[in-house]
Amino acid sequence: MKPAPALAEGFPDLSGMQIAREPHWFRWLSAALIVLVLAAIARAFANGQIEWSYVSRFLTAKVILEGIVNTMVMAVLAMALGIFLGIVVAVMRLSPNPVLKTVAAGYTWLFRGTPLILQLLLWFNLALVFPTIGIPGLWSARAVDVMTPFLAALLGLGINQGAYTSEVMRAGMLSVDIGQYEAAQAIGMGRLRALRRIVLPQAMRVVIPPLGNEFIGMVKATSLASVIQYPELLHNAENIYYANSRVIELLIVAGLWYLLVVSILTPLQMLLERRFARGTLRLAR
Amino acid sequence: MTKPLVAIRSVAKNFGEFQALRSVSLDVWPGEVMCLIGASGSGKTTLLRCINQLAAVDAGGIWLDGELLGVREQGGRLHRLSEREIGRQRLKTGMVFQRFNLFPHKTALENITEGPLQVQGRKSDEVRAEALELLRRVGLSAKANAYPAELSGGQQQRVAIARALAMKPMLMLFDEPTSALDPELVGEVLAVMKELAKSGMTMMVVTHELGFAREVADRVVYMDQGAIVEQGRASDVLGAPREERTKAFLSAVI
Repeated sequence: MKPAPALAEGFPDLSGMQIAREPHWFRWLSAALIVLVLAAIARAFANGQIEWSYVSRFLTAKVILEGIVNTMVMAVLAMALGIFLGIVVAVMRLSPNPVLKTVAAGYTWLFRGTPLILQLLLWFNLALVFPTIGIPGLWSARAVDVMTPFLAALLGLGINQGAYTSEVMRAGMLSVDIGQYEAAQAIGMGRLRALRRIVLPQAMRVVIPPLGNEFIGMVKATSLASVIQYPELLHNAENIYYANSRVIELLIVAGLWYLLVVSILTPLQMLLERRFARGTLRLAR
Repeated sequence: MTKPLVAIRSVAKNFGEFQALRSVSLDVWPGEVMCLIGASGSGKTTLLRCINQLAAVDAGGIWLDGELLGVREQGGRLHRLSEREIGRQRLKTGMVFQRFNLFPHKTALENITEGPLQVQGRKSDEVRAEALELLRRVGLSAKANAYPAELSGGQQQRVAIARALAMKPMLMLFDEPTSALDPELVGEVLAVMKELAKSGMTMMVVTHELGFAREVADRVVYMDQGAIVEQGRASDVLGAPREERTKAFLSAVI
């Protein structure tokens, strides 16, 4: 074997040297500036017209705790309804049947096209349109008795959420390779079974980050149900300040609770993402 | 007299303006290994997809095991079969795809058991035992619990073959099974296919592996522009082609 040719001069050996740490003066400076501004804001609030004792007293008041429970119950139920409707509508939208397709597109158009607060008010005031509701000959009731704030909020929030979720789900299903549908068909699966067993589990991996986003939005959107007397967090906080006039204090109480809930939801989303990342080497970390 | 397992009569298929198949007729006999060769766009993959009903024929008919595929004749007209009936007909064929199409969220074993469990509704311990036997047959006993992403291309394709075999098909369709593989992985997949051919399985293989065709195929069919140009024994079609177009194709690929 011939010896390797001699290497050219003028290119020193760098293998023993390390990369130096840069001082990053500007980062330190800007961080200090931000801390100063935050401290100034905190000082302003501490010395402002806020009675902090009210904040700490009402933070764990029974009415507020009931409010947060109602908020969470509504957010979870409405989101569940939204995801269910979203999947059904997305599947209809991707169906070859033109009737199903049109119905799905119409649903999305209608419920995405009008403000959520308007939809809540419509559901709550349904009794003005239909004084009695029911199935002719079998069962009927006065609409005012059936359409409680709870049911109106659930229908309003859930059906509206379904319109948005259907688009998220559709995007997820479209992201699954067409070869997966074909492989499922090739082992004899029908369209719905292929969707349930093969396509949706893979779509879930893609849709969980946007769905997490939607759920956080839902937690806050439940506050709109305060206008139809559903006793969620903001509604209960308002009721307290109508009585004691501590408006800002109680809004801060509500705000702190919303922040806490949303902070807990983020790691939960991570866990879900990991669950659906089965089989992918690029795990959600 | 034996009947052909697959009888294709005057089948045409268009994709918009493009004529993928124009009046193709062909018989495939039980136990026969047929290799379909030809340039891309010649219609050979489309023909396989029509047999597996991933594409519906526009004209003509395909009979599998004596049963007309995809449509039913009634009162001088053809009526499309329901999705359920098409699914039942598909169970007679197994399909192996160019890009494997394993289910990425399921392990090798789960990929194989999915069809027998979910579609055929068979008992799980029996299905599992058969799946492990199939994995042994394709040389992947050690990879039962591996996810597709943890397998090489050649290993994935062997799992895909096992997945198709798990449905106990009468006919195996291979759509360029080695075209997406690194050269050093082609051999292991072809070895599994050779073993399958030896076991008496009826196979239709779309391939560019002329060596495999020469060695294993009972018949080689050369297609061009949606039609069969030449067919016959592998040694004849590949060794002494009669048609000019076949000669041109072979000299271009070798």
